[in-house]
Amino acid sequence: MKQTLLSLSNLSKQFDGKTVLDSLDLDILDGEFITLLGPSGCGKTTLLRLMAGFEHPDGGTITLASQDLTHTPPEHRPLNTVFQNYALFPHMSVFDNVAYGLKMEKRPKEEIRERVQEALAMVQLQDFARRKPHQLSGGQQQRVAIARAVVKRPRMLLLDEPLSALDYKLRRTMQVELKRLQRELGITFVFVTHDQEEALSMSDRVAVMKDGEIQQLGTPREVYERPANLFTARFVGETNLFPGLVEKTNGDDTVTVDVFGLKRTFAKPDFPLRDGQSLHVLLRPEDIRVLSPEASDGVSGKVVERNYKGSTLDSVIHLDDGTEVLASEFFDEDDPAFDYRLGEPVRVSWVDGWEWLLPEEASPVGEETNVDA
Amino acid sequence: MTRWLPRTYLTLVYLLLYAPIAVLVVFSFNDSRTGYEWGGLSWRWYESLFNNRAMVEAMWNSLWLALSAATISTLIGALTALALHRYRFRGKKALNGMLFVVMMSPEIVLAISLLALFLLVGLQLGYVSLLLAHVTFCLPFVVITVMARLSGFDERLPEAARDLGASDFTMTRTVLIPVIMPALLAGWLLGFTLSLDDVVVSTFVSGPSYEILPLRIYSMVRVGLKPEVNALGTLLLMFSMVMLIMSQWILTRSKQ
Repeated sequence: MKQTLLSLSNLSKQFDGKTVLDSLDLDILDGEFITLLGPSGCGKTTLLRLMAGFEHPDGGTITLASQDLTHTPPEHRPLNTVFQNYALFPHMSVFDNVAYGLKMEKRPKEEIRERVQEALAMVQLQDFARRKPHQLSGGQQQRVAIARAVVKRPRMLLLDEPLSALDYKLRRTMQVELKRLQRELGITFVFVTHDQEEALSMSDRVAVMKDGEIQQLGTPREVYERPANLFTARFVGETNLFPGLVEKTNGDDTVTVDVFGLKRTFAKPDFPLRDGQSLHVLLRPEDIRVLSPEASDGVSGKVVERNYKGSTLDSVIHLDDGTEVLASEFFDEDDPAFDYRLGEPVRVSWVDGWEWLLPEEASPVGEETNVDA
Repeated sequence: MTRWLPRTYLTLVYLLLYAPIAVLVVFSFNDSRTGYEWGGLSWRWYESLFNNRAMVEAMWNSLWLALSAATISTLIGALTALALHRYRFRGKKALNGMLFVVMMSPEIVLAISLLALFLLVGLQLGYVSLLLAHVTFCLPFVVITVMARLSGFDERLPEAARDLGASDFTMTRTVLIPVIMPALLAGWLLGFTLSLDDVVVSTFVSGPSYEILPLRIYSMVRVGLKPEVNALGTLLLMFSMVMLIMSQWILTRSKQ
């Protein structure tokens, strides 16, 4: 079983009296790819900077393999960082950039040359050693930054939104590259991003953050399919949240819920329920079934928007009571002409068992609510 | 009409700018004693310039003064700029403002106050008083040049260096200073030029023991314009052009 490599316990950080991190606990396992995911200002970058040693916590401890790192300066921590805008040294060649960390360790010249070449080969830049950073494209600079950080063979690599400056296609390529590197090197990766798609596709575990607290920590599948709260549900992926009302809890660990007048039977959630309680029924766009207006099941509405996405057809449907529903359907090979007209009347349903129930939350004033929009 | 008008205008502007300099250069090779008739090509004024021992000495004095003033103000100025850029401390705004006061205040005011100060502390007027005065008025220019470069400096670079195992000192030596080097050179050149052609402040704080070039020229011209001055002006012009080309060369090279 994997062991804990870095342990953050009770970490707090304030900037000018504003709490950025609030007594946060997180254990990072040896060899895993963990992503800190959250909107800007959620504290994910601050958390990463605390691990790197660029900031000092106001409280709490950071332990790496039972060695206390809380007040160790960055140059003495066995972890390295890939910065958002790469932070390559502009006056040095690619070779010297990558060699910098090894020169600081006072390694022999021959070893430095070998290891730098090896690192550059790993990111497919062996022919660019003599270039200066400004002669490279964004993607190449990114690779140099990665080579520079891994050449020291750190216990852990910290990546601060490393792909955010790249265009979409390059980003996808680099995502695959990073995964490959992580597998080959066996180094623990801590990856910071605000891009939920990136987080889901790359990570072993995702920590969803908001307001300096971890909202949920779990595998991408857990976070997407079984979000711990409304914030995670909305932040990770597209979401339909339908208002539900508990009709009655049944003996066989099921519960009957009224959703838009439909009586549905769901598996009992792990939070306490009582009859007459309102809750949220979460359904992802791909869980939605769009039926013909003659169907007996479902809630009636009409198509107000359709988006051809190549492999899926995404549509927005307004139910009769005004609720907006997002639906994403795969093309059916039997029906190549499958499409909707705008304004077309349909009925909306879903497959029972694909829903996820969440308790109602007292949402703070001013917070965006797209539940009943 | 529309084509030649801007050209004529531009020609006139450049004529106005460069004609006096051209006249100076041409007449430095004039064999005639007077400044308004052409007596053929000659090196005689350059010769008499270099035979003028007082003049040559003033030239060396000036160069040495400019060199030392520029170097000292670059050292102090760079550290000041770094402190103003990196740290937050009480009185930072005041310190910043005071630099501008020195830069904006009339030179004559600076000259009188420096003289008053030197007399008060009993400092003998000469090289040291000149040096102190020149460092004073060069300093703000160096600070502002270096600060401008630092404001565009990527704050992640020092962090990247630390992250890779460099101590604060090693980071400063291997990353910070090389990156701001163009600004240090530019600041140094600015200080050098300012010091070399300063008249007002120098008039007040120099003594008979250390005569410098601008003052020497000034006193020469007062008794009548000697063609030697033309030759000297041409040499200075050449010198500043070489410096300018050098600084441009360093700047473009550092960008690559």
